Amino acid sequence: MRVALFVTCLVDLFRPTVGFAAIRLLEQAGCTVEVPRAQTCCGQPAYNSGDRADAKAIALQLFDAFAGYDHIVVPSGSCAGMIRVHYPGLFADDPVNLPRAEDIASRTWELTSFLVDVCGMEEVTAHYDRAVTYHDACSGLRELGVKLQPRQLLGSVVGLRLEELSDAEVCCGFGGTFCIKYPEISDKMVTDKAADIAAAGAEAVLAGDLGCLLNIAGKLSRQGRRIEVRHVAEVLAGMTEEVPPIGAPR
Amino acid sequence: MSEARERILGGIRNALGRGQLDPNTQAQLRARLAAHSRNLIPARATALDDARSVDLFIAMAEEVQATVARVGAFSAVPDEVARYVAAENLPAELVAALDPNLDVIPWEMRPLLRIRRGRAEAEDKVSLTPCHSAIAETGTLMLVSGRETPTTLNFLPDTHIVLVCRCQIVATYEDGFDRLRAERGTGRLPRAINFITGPSRTADIEQRIELGAHGPRRLHIVLVEEDRVTASVEKSQQHKGAER
Amino acid sequence: MLATSRNFEANARAGLADDNLQRALGLARTGFPLRRRLATERLPEFEELREEGRAIKDHTLAHLDFYLELYESNVVASGGKVHWAPTPQEACAAVRQICRSVGAKTVTKGKSMVAEEVGLNEFLEANGITPIETDLGEYIIQLRHEPPSHIIAPAIHLVKEQVAETFRAEHHALDPARSLSEPRQMCDEARAMLRPRFLAADVGITGANFLVAETGSSIIVTNEGNGDLTQTLPRVHIVMTSIEKVVPTLEDAATLLRLLARSATGQEFSSYTTISTGPRRPGDLDGPEQYHVILLDNGRSALLGTEFRDMLRCIRCAACLNHCPVYAAVGGHAYGWVYPGPMGAVLTPSLIGIEEAGHLPNASTFCGRCESVCPVKIPLPKMMRHWRDREFAKRLNPPVYRSALSLWAWTARRPALYHAVAELAARTLGWAGRYRGRFRSLPLANGWTAVRDMPAPEGRSFHSLWAERRK
Repeated sequence: MRVALFVTCLVDLFRPTVGFAAIRLLEQAGCTVEVPRAQTCCGQPAYNSGDRADAKAIALQLFDAFAGYDHIVVPSGSCAGMIRVHYPGLFADDPVNLPRAEDIASRTWELTSFLVDVCGMEEVTAHYDRAVTYHDACSGLRELGVKLQPRQLLGSVVGLRLEELSDAEVCCGFGGTFCIKYPEISDKMVTDKAADIAAAGAEAVLAGDLGCLLNIAGKLSRQGRRIEVRHVAEVLAGMTEEVPPIGAPR
Repeated sequence: MSEARERILGGIRNALGRGQLDPNTQAQLRARLAAHSRNLIPARATALDDARSVDLFIAMAEEVQATVARVGAFSAVPDEVARYVAAENLPAELVAALDPNLDVIPWEMRPLLRIRRGRAEAEDKVSLTPCHSAIAETGTLMLVSGRETPTTLNFLPDTHIVLVCRCQIVATYEDGFDRLRAERGTGRLPRAINFITGPSRTADIEQRIELGAHGPRRLHIVLVEEDRVTASVEKSQQHKGAER
Repeated sequence: MLATSRNFEANARAGLADDNLQRALGLARTGFPLRRRLATERLPEFEELREEGRAIKDHTLAHLDFYLELYESNVVASGGKVHWAPTPQEACAAVRQICRSVGAKTVTKGKSMVAEEVGLNEFLEANGITPIETDLGEYIIQLRHEPPSHIIAPAIHLVKEQVAETFRAEHHALDPARSLSEPRQMCDEARAMLRPRFLAADVGITGANFLVAETGSSIIVTNEGNGDLTQTLPRVHIVMTSIEKVVPTLEDAATLLRLLARSATGQEFSSYTTISTGPRRPGDLDGPEQYHVILLDNGRSALLGTEFRDMLRCIRCAACLNHCPVYAAVGGHAYGWVYPGPMGAVLTPSLIGIEEAGHLPNASTFCGRCESVCPVKIPLPKMMRHWRDREFAKRLNPPVYRSALSLWAWTARRPALYHAVAELAARTLGWAGRYRGRFRSLPLANGWTAVRDMPAPEGRSFHSLWAERRK
C-alpha cells in the first residue's frame, strides 16, 4: 500500500521522532511511505476559532498535496479527526469540493487505528520495561473510536505493564487554542490529569496526540514528577532507547 | 384568539419556512396520535411470566428502599398493617382512601387500628391507598387521582402504605396507560397520575441521599396474592352469613 | 435573571480559588458519571432509546405549531387555561394577573429553570407576593440569595458546613445550640420549616419536564415530593414552561422518561413522576381549583430555523454538565446565567445574545464528552463552533488573537515559507532548550509557562530532516 504521512504541525516542530516512528511502523506493516512536501496544517486552529474561510483554504491545499495515495496516516487523533470527520462538513455547501473532501476523509486514518484496523497488525517487536498508563486523547477517542487499538499493540511490547487511569477518558485541558484562551481552567484540568497519572503508579504515560503530551509533560515536569511522557508511536516503534522522553534533558 | 398566541405560532411557522400544515399532514399526525404506538419497550419486564414479573417488581421496589410484604389474602391485610405500624413505632391511626377496593378488607379483625377514610391532613402520620397498576420494569406504583383516591394521601403523611393486588402488576408504563385508557374510553385522564418509585428522597446536600425530603419517608407495599373480585365475593358472603 | 456571563473569566477564576466549591465539585465530578454509567449499562436498549428520543423530539419540533395547538385544546377541555408568553415580561405579567385574581400572598415553587429565566421571584417580590422555594436545593440558595449553579441540583456548589451556616442564620426561631452537622438533620429541618408554607400557600408554581399534546398534560419529574405538594395543596396551580417541552403522546413521554432519570442521576425512575391534567374534578377532595400553563417562547421559535435547532431537543437532564471537565473545574456560577455547562454554552447566547455570552461557547476544548452522554444526541460541540463562527464573522474576538490566527493561516497556505519558519523555530528553541529539555518560561507564552514547563523541540523540523534523508 502506498501511504502518505501527514506529519502535523506539532510533530514537525517539537518532535520529529514521532514522525519517524510512524514511518518505521508503517513500513513494518508493509506500506511504502511518502511525505508530501506541500503539507502544513490541517486547519484546526482556524476551524475551531470560527474562521471557516481560512480552514477551507488550508484544506484545499491538503487535498492537492495528498491526491493519489491509497491512505493518509496521521500520528494524531485530532488532526486525523479534522480531516476525516470535519472536512466533509466544511465543504457541505460546496458541490465542487465536497466530493474531494469526502474522498480524502475516507482515506485518512489515525496511526494506531490504521495499523490495527486496516493493516491488521496484531503486535510489534519492541520492549519498554515500565509501568505505563495511557491517556485517551479526546478527538481520537470520540471522533474516531480509537481506544482498543493502541492498547492491543502495547500489549505486545515486552516488559510493558499497562495500568489504566481512573479517568483515562477525561480531557487533559490542552484543547488547542483553549489552553491559551483559558489558561487557569486548562491548568486545573491538567493538574487533575497529572494527579490521576501519579495515582496510577505509572512510570510513564503515553498518548496518541502530541498536544496532550506536551501539556501533560509540561505539568509533570513543573511538579517535579519523574514520570516519562512519550508518544505511543515511539514505544511501539522501539525508539525509546534512542530518544529521551518529552521534556526531558538530553 | 390571543395576539400573543399568534405571535408564537407565527414565529414557529416562519422559522420552519411554511404556513399552517396542510390538511393531509394534519390527518397523518392525528392518526399517529390516535394509534398510541409504542416506541421501543425494554425487554427487561416484557419477556417475563407472571411469577417472575412479581419477583422483578419486588426486587426493583426494594432496591429503592420501598419495603414489600406479601400476604396471601385480603383478610390478612389488617394483621400486616398492624404489624408494620407497631414495628415502625407508628401510631395505629391511618387515613385511607375511599376506594371501594378497600372495603373488602376485614378491618374489624384489628379493632385497635383506627382508620379514617378521606383526604390527608397535615397531622396525618400514616396513609393507606390502593394503586391502579404496579410497574415491574422499575418497581413503580401507578396511582390515579379521583374522588375516592385523593392525591394528598400519597404525599402528606410520613408513611404511605400501598395495597397492590398481584393482578395489578404489569410490565411497563405503557401497559399502565393502556389499562387506564381501556377504563376511561375517550374520557379525560384523571387530574393526577402519580408514578411512585420508592419513598421521597434528596441528594441536594453533598450528594448524600436522604429519605423523606418532603414526601413520605417510608413507602410500604403490601402485595396481596388474592384477586380483589374473589375477596369481595367472599366478604359479601360473610355479611350475608352474619345477617342470617 | 441578571447575566454576568460577560465576566466569565473573572467568575471562573473565583470559582477555581473557592475551596468550598472545589470540594463540592469534587464530590459531584465522580458521582454523577459513575451512576449514569451503571444505569445505562443495566439497560441494554439504552443506545436505541437515545435514537428514539432524538427522533421523537425532531418530529415534534418539525410540527411544533400543530402539537402546541392540540396541546392547548386539550388543556382547555380538561378545565385548564394556557397563557402564551412570547417574552419574559408577558410570562411574569400573566403570573401576576393570576395571583392577583385570587388575592395570593404566598406562592410555593417547585424547581423551574424557566421561572429563573424570566426572573419570576424578583418580579413577584416587587409585586408584593412572597415566593417560597420548596426544592431543598432551591430553598437553600433562596436563603443565601444566590442563583442556582446546576439545572437539577441547584445547591451543588455548597458543602454541608455552608448549608448549616445558612440554616443557623435564617431559621431564627430554632435552638442555636442544636446540632446541624449532618445532611439528615438539615433535611429534617427544611422539611419542618417548609411544611406549614406548603399548607398555607395560595398558589403553587411548578415547571414541567414534558407537556403531552395528546392529553393536555404536564409532567414533573422529582424526587422530593415538593413539586407534588406545590401543585396539589394550593387553590391554583401554575405550570411555568416553554414551547419546546411538548411531546405528542404518553408513549412518547414514556420513552423520554426512560432516558431522563438515568441520564440525570443514574436512577431507574425518579421517586415521583407525575402527570397532571387540569384542575380538580367534581367530587375530588383535593387538588387545585385552577390550572394554568404559561407557555414561554423567549426566542425558542426563532431557533427552529437556524443551525441551533437541535438544541431544542434538550430535556434538561444535566448529563452534559455532569460530564464536562470545564464545568467540573469552575462550577455553574462561572457561566453567569441560568443555564451552565455545555447546554448553557449553546443556549445562553441564543437567549441573551452572543455579545453578552461570548465566552461560554469558547470555554470548551471540544472534548465531546457532553455529546456522547446527551440522551437526545444534541451535537453540542458543533453548535458551540457555530457560535464561534458567528463571533468571528462579527469580529468579536480580541484583535491580537485574530491577527495571530490570521498570520498562522496565511503562513500555512505557503508551504515553502511555512517549512522555513518551522525549521527556524525548531532550531532556535531546540538550541535554547538543548540541555534542560524544557523551558520554565518563554516569552509570549506566559499563559502556558506560568503553570507548566514547555518541552523543548528536538532541534530540527521533521520536514528538513526528511528532506536530508531523502538526498
